[in-house]
Amino acid sequence: MPPPPYLVASSLTPLSHGAFVHALRERLDAGARALTYFGAPLADGVIELTALLQDDQGLAVLRGHATGDAGLPALTVQFPQLHIFEREIHEQTGLPMPGHPWLKPVRSPVAPMGAYPFFQMAGKEVHEVAVGPIHAGVIEPGHFRFMCLGEQVHHLEIQLGFQHRGIEALVLQRPLAHAPALVETIAGDTSIGHTWAFCRALEAMAGVTVPDEVEIVRAIALELERVAMHLTGLSGIATDIGFLQGGTTWGRLRTTIINLSMQLCGSRFGRGWLRPGGVRFGIDAETARRIPDVLAQFQRDMRTVSALFETSLSVAGRLHEVGTVTAETARELGLVGMVARASSLDLDQRVALPGRAYTRLPMPHAKQLTGDVWARAGLRIDEIGRSVVWLQQALAVPGLDAPPLQAIGPLPPDTLAIGVCEGWRGETIHALQTDANGNLRHFKAQDPSLRNWFGLAVALRGNDISDFPICNKSFDLSYCGSDL
Amino acid sequence: MLRSLRVRISQGRQYIGDLRTAAPANFRGMPVIADVACAPACRACADACPTHAFVALDPVQIDLGRCIQCGDCAPVCPEKKLTFANACHTAAVLREDLLISAHRPAPPPIAVSTALQKQFGRSLRLRSVSAGGCNGCESELNAVGNVNFDLGRYGIEFVASPRHADGLVISGPVTRNMAESLQLCFDALPRPRFVLAFGACAISGGLFAEAPQIERQFLDANVPILYVPGCPPHPLTLVNGLMDLLGIALP
Repeated sequence: MPPPPYLVASSLTPLSHGAFVHALRERLDAGARALTYFGAPLADGVIELTALLQDDQGLAVLRGHATGDAGLPALTVQFPQLHIFEREIHEQTGLPMPGHPWLKPVRSPVAPMGAYPFFQMAGKEVHEVAVGPIHAGVIEPGHFRFMCLGEQVHHLEIQLGFQHRGIEALVLQRPLAHAPALVETIAGDTSIGHTWAFCRALEAMAGVTVPDEVEIVRAIALELERVAMHLTGLSGIATDIGFLQGGTTWGRLRTTIINLSMQLCGSRFGRGWLRPGGVRFGIDAETARRIPDVLAQFQRDMRTVSALFETSLSVAGRLHEVGTVTAETARELGLVGMVARASSLDLDQRVALPGRAYTRLPMPHAKQLTGDVWARAGLRIDEIGRSVVWLQQALAVPGLDAPPLQAIGPLPPDTLAIGVCEGWRGETIHALQTDANGNLRHFKAQDPSLRNWFGLAVALRGNDISDFPICNKSFDLSYCGSDL
Repeated sequence: MLRSLRVRISQGRQYIGDLRTAAPANFRGMPVIADVACAPACRACADACPTHAFVALDPVQIDLGRCIQCGDCAPVCPEKKLTFANACHTAAVLREDLLISAHRPAPPPIAVSTALQKQFGRSLRLRSVSAGGCNGCESELNAVGNVNFDLGRYGIEFVASPRHADGLVISGPVTRNMAESLQLCFDALPRPRFVLAFGACAISGGLFAEAPQIERQFLDANVPILYVPGCPPHPLTLVNGLMDLLGIALP
């Protein structure tokens, strides 16, 4: 059996800050990858640290305590994959991080937001271009500062936090029954990915096991979301390079998929579909028989337009060797999900931590080798194809009518539970921690965008400013998912 | 060339001919309150609602401006009096028109504004600002211009610069970190200009109404001319609201 996509740990004994840093360094040196790493303030100025690590054995957790006076020596220089986590811990808990090279705020306001001291370059013919927070399209806000020599970008500094609405605190303040609706809006285009990770954490903590068929319905929801959002991204890239048939046709195909989601759950974005204890909407036998015909037609049209895209010389000329992220850089920065796979990393939690749905019906791992915009576009075309084939198989599984939701009973005291779900952007991670009375005292949500934004900044180095739109679209990151 | 033709043929005809009568299948668009009595002292629906959309109980009154269509209320009602309909004629001109009950099951029809019709009825340019939106609303706003809904056919389009815009479409609850940029953007719109609230967050703060990171003074000072409810609203909800208000292609 592969390791499960969740972890539960009760009454963890925290390491002192020195031992914690030592243990974390040792595990990362041995090849483990940090999935998440966060801090929570306890009483008396103690900061509780939690690091979730992954190696071939599955998930493991490290728990430590640090105090504000002593601080915590930063490991970012040695392990750049930790840079955003250490910045976030510093911001959320105030814990000093001596040795961190760049404790830039993640999402807290620098008052006023525009007064932030960006990196600057000096020299003849050097200039800066500032874009945002409001952009030219119908899109979320974020600020981009390009440091350029002529058209060439030396570095891009990204300033986020404009969408910060305090969602983690709200989940703790509100009744647990209200949490799924909040979680669905962490990143509204990843409602299923986030809600499934949340359900996994909460169900693992409460000791609730849903039937295999419920897990398959959840995976059907997740793959529909993946196909729809990959199509959105492809349509965006196509439009940005003036490949208009791709823009309109992929856009139209997306409509087919999100309307399928609506037929199944009442929402084009999968809202209200997944809930702790099961799913609110199953798939009756007649519907399950009908959808594969729609998907078959979809597949034919998808292949037709993708073939046009992939054989067009002007498309290839525009997308090859633009915004390249090497495998080494992707690994070093801790990039995740489709961006990492486009840079040839084997990183898909549906394969590493398949859970029951993807154990019963495995999802073949897709990847590309070149790490450029072309690779990220090609990967998405490839993943759409794989997901549709998978959906055809999943819909043939009998008994997808969902049973009623199972009740989530009282939660155990002093327990940490973490759920992982490979959403369309990458691994989505939710962590819950209860206090001595079994009430939630900490909630951490992590969208894959949090880690991948810096990858976008690095991808643009040495490229032209005019390459930014297609780089941005090919990374397709969430502002609100990062800003929380 | 042949490949290109094949794609064009596969595309067929996608646009929805009559936007007003289109009804999205199984869309959980609007709560429907059955006219039956509540169980004594029951407040199961209100407790289940994450946005306090049940503003009165027995008789039940729902604020569509807060409702996020999650449907978490329906299964907990012991009288089974809550269901959902695929309605997308739910936009309203007045905030209070979004209150519905068993006796007033939907917002009143929107009357044509002759002033707005004269100014914008044949050409309307909109600037979208997401201020804490989760990309649900933004996705549906983008869809308004796609090959299916194609609102461009009536001269309604989203533009890049606020200088080119007649109206500002707000999505999201308006975060403190976006408040200043939102104001700057609106200030750049030439007059006459207006604000339109798209989605539960923009209308009422939605799920985030109580969050200290929200700062909604802009919406107090600039009252929207149209409220488009939902989480996210269906593109047709905006389309119908705008077409009715501007008197476009009246039946």
